[in-house]
Amino acid sequence: MTTRLFGERVPRVEDPRLVTGNGRFLDDLGHDALEAAFVRSPHAHARIVDIDVSEALDVEGLVAIYTYDDLDGRTGEALPLLIPHPTLTHGRTPHALARDEVNHVGEAVVMVVATSRYVAEDAAERVRVEYDFLPAVVGIEAARAAEELVHDDVPGNLAARMVQQTGDADAAVDAAPNLLELDLEIERSASMPLEGKGVLARWDPDDESLLVHTSTQTSTSVRQALAAKLGLPVDRVEVVTPDVGGGFGVKIVHPWPEEILVPWAAIRLGRPVKWTEDRREHFVSSAHERGQLHHVRVGYDDEGVLAGLSVRFWHDNGAYVPYGLIVPIITSTQLLGPYKPGVYRVEFDSLYTNTVLVTPYRGAGRPQGCYVMERVMDAIAAERGIDRTVVRERNFIRPEEMPYDHGLIFQDGRPLLYDSGDYPATLAKLKKLVGWDGFEAYREQARAEGRRVGIGLACYVEGTGVGPYEGGHIRVETDGTVVVSTGLTTQGQGHRTMLAQIVADELGVPFDRVRVTTGDTRRFKYAVGTFASRTAVMSGSAVALTARSVRDKALTIAAEALEVDVEDLEVVDGHVRVKGSPSSSIDLGAVAVLSNPLRYAFDEAAARATQFAAPADPEKPPVGPGEQPGLEGSDYYSPPRSTFANGMHAVVVETDPDTAEIRVLRYCVVHDCGTLVNPMLVEGQIHGGVAQGVGGALYERMEYAPDGQLLNASFMDFLMPYASEVPEVEIDHLVTPSPLNPLGVKGAGEAGVIPGAAAIASAIEDAEGLTITRMPISPSELFALRAAHRKETP
Amino acid sequence: MKPPAFAYHRPRSLADALDVLARLGAEAKVLAGGQSLVPLMSMRLAAPAALVDVNHVPGLDSVEVTADRVVVGALARHSRVEHDPEAYDAVPLLRRALLLVAHPTIRNRGTTVGSLVHGDPAAEMPAVLCLLDGFVTLRSASGSRDVPADAFFTGPMESDVRPGELAVSATFRRPPAGSRSSFLEVSRRHGDYAVCGVGAVVSDGTARVALIGVGAGPVLVPLDEPDDPDRVAAAVDAAIEPEDDIHATADYRRHLAQVLTRRALAEVS
Repeated sequence: MTTRLFGERVPRVEDPRLVTGNGRFLDDLGHDALEAAFVRSPHAHARIVDIDVSEALDVEGLVAIYTYDDLDGRTGEALPLLIPHPTLTHGRTPHALARDEVNHVGEAVVMVVATSRYVAEDAAERVRVEYDFLPAVVGIEAARAAEELVHDDVPGNLAARMVQQTGDADAAVDAAPNLLELDLEIERSASMPLEGKGVLARWDPDDESLLVHTSTQTSTSVRQALAAKLGLPVDRVEVVTPDVGGGFGVKIVHPWPEEILVPWAAIRLGRPVKWTEDRREHFVSSAHERGQLHHVRVGYDDEGVLAGLSVRFWHDNGAYVPYGLIVPIITSTQLLGPYKPGVYRVEFDSLYTNTVLVTPYRGAGRPQGCYVMERVMDAIAAERGIDRTVVRERNFIRPEEMPYDHGLIFQDGRPLLYDSGDYPATLAKLKKLVGWDGFEAYREQARAEGRRVGIGLACYVEGTGVGPYEGGHIRVETDGTVVVSTGLTTQGQGHRTMLAQIVADELGVPFDRVRVTTGDTRRFKYAVGTFASRTAVMSGSAVALTARSVRDKALTIAAEALEVDVEDLEVVDGHVRVKGSPSSSIDLGAVAVLSNPLRYAFDEAAARATQFAAPADPEKPPVGPGEQPGLEGSDYYSPPRSTFANGMHAVVVETDPDTAEIRVLRYCVVHDCGTLVNPMLVEGQIHGGVAQGVGGALYERMEYAPDGQLLNASFMDFLMPYASEVPEVEIDHLVTPSPLNPLGVKGAGEAGVIPGAAAIASAIEDAEGLTITRMPISPSELFALRAAHRKETP
Repeated sequence: MKPPAFAYHRPRSLADALDVLARLGAEAKVLAGGQSLVPLMSMRLAAPAALVDVNHVPGLDSVEVTADRVVVGALARHSRVEHDPEAYDAVPLLRRALLLVAHPTIRNRGTTVGSLVHGDPAAEMPAVLCLLDGFVTLRSASGSRDVPADAFFTGPMESDVRPGELAVSATFRRPPAGSRSSFLEVSRRHGDYAVCGVGAVVSDGTARVALIGVGAGPVLVPLDEPDDPDRVAAAVDAAIEPEDDIHATADYRRHLAQVLTRRALAEVS
């Protein structure tokens, strides 16, 4: 038998290219292209009175300057609202270039195209835009107060108000023996991939076709959007993702203004045009996430078991909502985690502010929900004097209750129905991994040394692998190479490795014969994209199904050639052979030759195949009804609903009694994403997620001044953790396969980030003996909290 | 984030460098390690008409250790100073503080003299120069002058380098035998500019500390009675003028100044 690769720590096939500097990212392409720069609004809220480009016209190397008035056809329309929702009554999206009004610092107003980016920036600097200032709405409280409006025609700054409930939660809360109310806050952060966005467009006038490279998480949808906006037949547009240096959600939004404008300019100018987003642009014109305020009422019995949970929250959606309500809907549903809330009600307002728009960032609303629910669990534990793990255990959905229906509607419009999971087992593993029961002894020992330590934990459930579908295409070339395509994109995860493992197993070929392409519409037209921890589930399942169909086809052809029954054949190491008689075999390359009745003997495989060529039946067409030439096939996977992964993190922190510095001493993860295709890749995803979780807990925040200026729009002041701030991550796995897909897998991409702020807040609270309601937290803030706590409890 | 056009000069001798600096005057900025200047130019926060790249001027990259001083040339990278065994023997504080300056990749390019000229109020090396009674040697086409540390740092991101001048070296005086020193800081992340930092030197019964991140430049505080914690605390508190920023409040910085001073003195006493 061929060694089974599924479940093995196969090294990434991507790495040799990338670590030797041979990756090709967007800015590595198009050295012959003109380059674009943008004049962006320096004001958070203003009306555009006049745009004067006259001084810029003298700049040598300038090619074109465009304002909103130049945009023709559908390019002048507002950008699409990708995901409408009945409660999104006041959805507003930007124009590719601002029309009349700007609503956040960084909004694109003028596009400049020049012979280089340097020249384009020189010209952009000379464009004079006259503004009438309008009052800026910054922060959730200002948005909620609505003394000023972001959009004149959106009363209360309210994009949407949504309620979901399973009954009268407030009555259940009031009737419960114990009641707690909490106000909780979490601040803005951002995906912040090391490679920003970027677009390169080439218009071929002879072929009347457009080829666009863009650093996106969804090339197929960008293609559709471009064809529609530019008025081109879809078959004249192709979109390719080169190597992408991280996405984390921000690149799933599409089309970005620049994704429309750069190809539009390339067509107008008849020359290739490129735009590479710089870091400052990324801070002020891409997207942020996380900012929410929550008010929670919870009722529970003396054992800490929930009777009712009523959550009211306010979500800062920034200036526009092109991605709809996905983030707050996820928060409102995934907040429940592994728990039964009793009667549940959640109501949220999605509010406009004059800040950068808010779209999913890894975790996509879950870190906020997890933080809120886990703060509730810790608060109940503290009130009742019960161990924090015990309170959680008592509220868990039990494994025998799976599948579990929460009675709510999830982000995909389907029921929030957990397919599988064993939460008590996950918790038991975590307690063992971190040494929960022995922690008090460690705390005492530390205290004797004058050190202050604390332990915390947080649990989450993550809906992964949302639909509607992904597909795969596999072709076996005559040299035996297996060419695999799937339409979704890759931003560094190791998809080529993971998908090749699946195909190699299913098809029975050596791993190194499998080549995987993602995110290239020339190869695969139908796809959704890479987000929501969905690639292993969706494309993994799709290529597995495809490989099975290609294998079947190979067996049929080989059976005819070898004159045996299909049932007597197996595929091993790239050869179809007769079971028990391995010498009677035919390699897949030769099968590929046989699959095509037109056989010029170009190569050795064709020569080999001739010995198997059955004499043609003169009565039959060479390609019969229902048959297709070529050893290839395509198939799709479309699940009934999402599959729910889960995990639990425990953190040990040390806080300096004098300086209030916070150090993570240990970070333990137990993770259940069903079956693991490649544990090393899963652990890599967890490591990266934990790093972002630590960032969101201790370092990262978008510092907006009241006038809407982003004060820390650089890597000098927006603090992402360095390697020196990320703890070593200790990981254990639990495997409860998903019953929903052929592989039993669940998504793993976002998991690591979700409980970071919750677990670290829990640990700091435990170390300090004070209450934490706002994350992230800095040493300066902990110092202030201590001072306030001393005042309250003299 | 691309700089506007600028003229680029690459002198091959000190005389040529001083000549071109004299000619260009205030229009020129000196490029050595470029670790602060280049990002500022890319963000168009600085737009000098000309850069004078001194990286090809011979003789500026030395670290000279004599009986009573360490002289660091304009092109000596932080990492060169950090790893120089003689400099470490003579003035252990240099390496101690340099390990807090950014990260190895930045220290491989950035220069110690450049860091002094840049004059960031939260930077470590200006404090070290103050603690060790150092000075910066400035050369111009018309002469040379030595500016002592206490006069060199004239404000946040400002130093006493005049148009036409090149800071050719910084001199750190070797403290007397038996001296002890320390440098402690709190930064948000390892290698970041300090939220607050304290360097301390004790020798022959005298003590002094220099604080960073709590004033317009390094704040040097001589301590007449280093063993009296109340007097130390009062002296430090009177000398500093911390401000709020997005990373920390002034209160917190004031508190850190006390904590770190206590710890630094405990380490050297």
